[in-house]
Amino acid sequence: MALPDTIPARAGIRTAQFGNGLTVLVREVHTAPLVSVWCWYRVGSRDEGPGRTGVSHWVEHMNFKGTVNIPRDEMKGIVERFGGMWNGYTWIDQTTYLETAGRQAVDQMLFIEAERMHNSLYDPVECESERTVIISELQGGENDPEQLLDIEVTATALRVHSYRHPTIGWIDDLRSMTRDDLYGHYRRHYIPNNATLIVVGDVDADEVLGKAEKHFGAIPAGHDVQRLRLSEPPQLGERRVNVEREGTTAYLKLAYHAPAVADPDYFPMLLLDAVLTGAKGLNIWSSFRGAPPQRKARLYTALVERGLASVVGGALLPTAQPFLYTISMTAMNGVDLDALETAAIDVIDKVRAEGVTEQEVSRARRQLLARLVFENDSVTNIAHQLGYFETIAGSGFLDSVPERVAAVTAEHISDAARRRLAPSSRTVGRFIPRAAR
Amino acid sequence: MMPLTTGLASGLAPERIVLDNGAVVLVQETTTTPAVTIDATFRSGSAPEPADLPGLAFLTGRVLDRGTERRSADQIAEELDDRGVSLRILTTRHTLGISCTCLVEDFDDILSLVVDVARRPTFPEGEIAKRRAEAITAIRQDDDNPAVRAVEAAFELMYGADHLYARRAKGTSSSLERVDRDAIAAFHRRHIVPAALCLAVVGDVRVQGIVDRAALELSGWDGTHPEPVAVPSPPCPTVRRRRIIGMAGKSQTDIAYGFTTIRRLDPRYYAYWMMNNILGQFGLGGRLAENIRERQGMAYYAFSAFEPNVGEGPLMIRAGVDPANVKRAVEAIDKEVRGLGSEGPTPAEVTETRDYLIGSIPRMFETNQSIAAFLQNCELFGLGLDYDRRLPSLITAVTRDEIATAAAEVLRPESASVAIAGPDEAEG
Repeated sequence: MALPDTIPARAGIRTAQFGNGLTVLVREVHTAPLVSVWCWYRVGSRDEGPGRTGVSHWVEHMNFKGTVNIPRDEMKGIVERFGGMWNGYTWIDQTTYLETAGRQAVDQMLFIEAERMHNSLYDPVECESERTVIISELQGGENDPEQLLDIEVTATALRVHSYRHPTIGWIDDLRSMTRDDLYGHYRRHYIPNNATLIVVGDVDADEVLGKAEKHFGAIPAGHDVQRLRLSEPPQLGERRVNVEREGTTAYLKLAYHAPAVADPDYFPMLLLDAVLTGAKGLNIWSSFRGAPPQRKARLYTALVERGLASVVGGALLPTAQPFLYTISMTAMNGVDLDALETAAIDVIDKVRAEGVTEQEVSRARRQLLARLVFENDSVTNIAHQLGYFETIAGSGFLDSVPERVAAVTAEHISDAARRRLAPSSRTVGRFIPRAAR
Repeated sequence: MMPLTTGLASGLAPERIVLDNGAVVLVQETTTTPAVTIDATFRSGSAPEPADLPGLAFLTGRVLDRGTERRSADQIAEELDDRGVSLRILTTRHTLGISCTCLVEDFDDILSLVVDVARRPTFPEGEIAKRRAEAITAIRQDDDNPAVRAVEAAFELMYGADHLYARRAKGTSSSLERVDRDAIAAFHRRHIVPAALCLAVVGDVRVQGIVDRAALELSGWDGTHPEPVAVPSPPCPTVRRRRIIGMAGKSQTDIAYGFTTIRRLDPRYYAYWMMNNILGQFGLGGRLAENIRERQGMAYYAFSAFEPNVGEGPLMIRAGVDPANVKRAVEAIDKEVRGLGSEGPTPAEVTETRDYLIGSIPRMFETNQSIAAFLQNCELFGLGLDYDRRLPSLITAVTRDEIATAAAEVLRPESASVAIAGPDEAEG
C-alpha cells in the first residue's frame, strides 16, 4: 500500500514510502519525451568480508541473467524495443540499475526492476559462465597501468576498512566463490527496505507512484541489513608502494585519508581539490569523463605547465564513510618520478603552510556551482544524482549542496589542508615502467 | 521548484543562418538547465594535413587555445577557470571542433573567447613545445594500450599503411618533432576559416540574440575554404589478413576484426546501420555478445562499431579475451560474421532493431552536448534540418532483403582484417 508523502516534501520531488519499506522519489521533467528509472541498493563492495570480495559486483551481473518472469534472452530486449538504454554499476557503497527510454516504456522499466529485486534466477550454469566474464573484466583493467597502481595504492593506504579491496574483487575470491555465495548475498540485500527507486522524466508523478505500487508493493520486506562497519585506524607515517611492470609511461599517485561526504571537512576539501586540480562536480556517472577547468589550478600550473606531467587530476569522491583523496599524475615522457614527486609535494606543503587565497576560493566556488548545473543536464543525470545521494547521505542532502559549497571559507580550506594533507597521512604510489624484453 | 516544462517533445527545431563570410550558425533552444553548449566545428581535421606530417592537425588543435592576438594563454586560462568551463578541442579525420558548456549568464564572454581562439591564435613557441611533449607522452601511452594497438593495426590492414584513414590522428613521436610553428600557422590559415565553420549553439537561449552575437564575433573574418580532400577508396580485399602484436606484461588480449564498408551518404547506409546493430550492438552487443559473452563467457565486451564517413568507413568488431581463448573467440566471430553474411537477419531481429533505432531517437537529444553533435553531423553530411523527423521513415523503409544484401556484401570472414594485441606473440 502506498503511503504518499510520508517523508517531508522536497522541491519538485514527490516522495513516498511503501509499506514494505521501499522509498520512491519521482521528479517530473517534461523537456523531452524520456524517462529514467534507477533502482538503488545500499550494498557495495564495502559490505564484503574476506574470501567474498567482488560478490556485490558479480551479483549485479547475475541480475541481468533472467528472472522468474523474464527469460535471460528476453531480459535485454524489453527496453530496447522502446529505444531504451540500460546499465548498472557497483561501487564501494552502492549498487544501482538503470533504464532510460521513451515515456511509453515506464511500465516495462518498473517491471524489470521489480523482477530484479525479488525474482532473479541464479542458474548455476549462468553463474559459472559469468565467472569467466568477470575475470575477463578484471584482466582488461589490469592492462591499464593506472588502474593497477590505483588498486595497490588503495590497498596500501587502507589497512582495515573494507573500502580497501577493489570492487571487482580479488582474483582468488572470484575463482572460489559459489553460486550459493552469490544467491545468499542477493537475498540478504535485495529487499525493498534496502532500496530506493528513482523516476525522473516525462511522467505524471501520481501515475508513476501508482504503477510503482503495482509492481513493487507486494514484494515482502526483508530483515534489516546490518552493514559491515570497520574503522580505519589513524595512519602514523607515510607509506609507499611501487608497481614495476612492462610499459612505456610512468605514473605517480598520492593518496590521503579523506572525510565522508557528511563530514564538516568534506566541502572544504572539495574546494581545496578545485584549487589544486580544478573542480569536477559531484556526479561520478558523468562529471569525471572530461577534463575539469584546471588551467589556473595549482598542481596544473606547477606540473603540467612546467613540463613535468602531461596530466594531473584529483578525486575526492562522495562516499558514506571516510575514503581517500587521490591526486594522479602522468609523468611527461623522460621526466624522472623523483622530480615529479618533489614538485607535487612542494605544492602540497605550500598550501598546508600558507593556505589558499580569497581569489582561489571564489574561483573554486564558481567552478563548483557551475559544474553542479552542468552535471544535471539530462533526466538520466538528474535521476542518478537523486539516487546516489539518497543512498549514501540520506534524504535532502543533495538539495543542500549549493549552500554547503557557498558557505566554505578560505579559513575552512586552509585548516582542512593543514590537517588532512599531512605527510604522515600520505601514501605514495609509483608505476615504474620496465622496457619490454 | 516547478516541474521543468516545454521542450523537444515533437523533435528538434533548429534555426540555421548562413553569414556573409560563409559561416553557418545553428541554434537550438532547450530548457533542461540554465546552461549552453557551444560547438564550433570546422571542416578540416587530419585529412588535409600533408602525408609526411601526420599529427599536424592534432597539434594545431592542442595549441589553438594557448594564446591569441587579444588574450594571453594566462588570460584564457583565467576566463575559462573563473566560469567553470573546460574547452574540448577534438580533431577527427574530417573535422576540428572546439566545444564547451557554460552557464547562460556567461554565454557572451565564452562565445567571444571560442571565436577568438579559432580566429586569432598566435601559437607561441613555448606552448608548442609543451603541447608537443604532452602529445608524445600520449602517443607512448597508446603504444602501451593493447586495444589501441589492435585497432590501429586493423586499420593498416584494411586501408593500407599510406591511406589517410590508417594514419594515426595524433601522428608519431618523430612526425610531431617535425611539426613547427610555421606548419601550424599555415595549416590554421588555410583550414580554420569561417567558410568551413559550423557554429552550433544549444541551450537556454533565444535564437535572435545568439545569431546577432555570433555575427558580431565573426564579422570581418574572411577566407575561402580549400576544396575538400578526396578520400581514395580502400583496396578491395581478396584474402584474410592478420597481424599479431606481442605486448609483454599484459593480462588480456584485444582483438580488432574489421572490414571497410561504405560512405555515409551511400543510399545503403540505413541497411548497413541496421545490419551492424544486429551483429554487434543490440542489447549487450548483438549476436557477437550473445555468443562470446553470454553463451561462452569468454569476454567482458564483444561488439561491433560501424563508422561510415566522408570516405568508406570501417565496420570494426572488438573483443577483449583471456589470452588462452583467442583462437576460440576469433572462431566465434567468424561464425557470427559468416552466419549473418550468408543467411541475413531473422524477421524478429529486423523488427526489434527497427523499433530500437526509431525509439532511441529522443535519447540522441538528451543533453545539449548530444544535440550539438547531432546538428554538426547533419551539417557535415547535408542531412537537413528536419533529419530527426525523417529518420523514422528512413529506417522503416529498410527491408529484410536490403539488410541481408548489406551483410552479404561486407561480412565475409575470408576477407577480414584481424589484429590481435596481447601478451602472447604466437596466439590466434
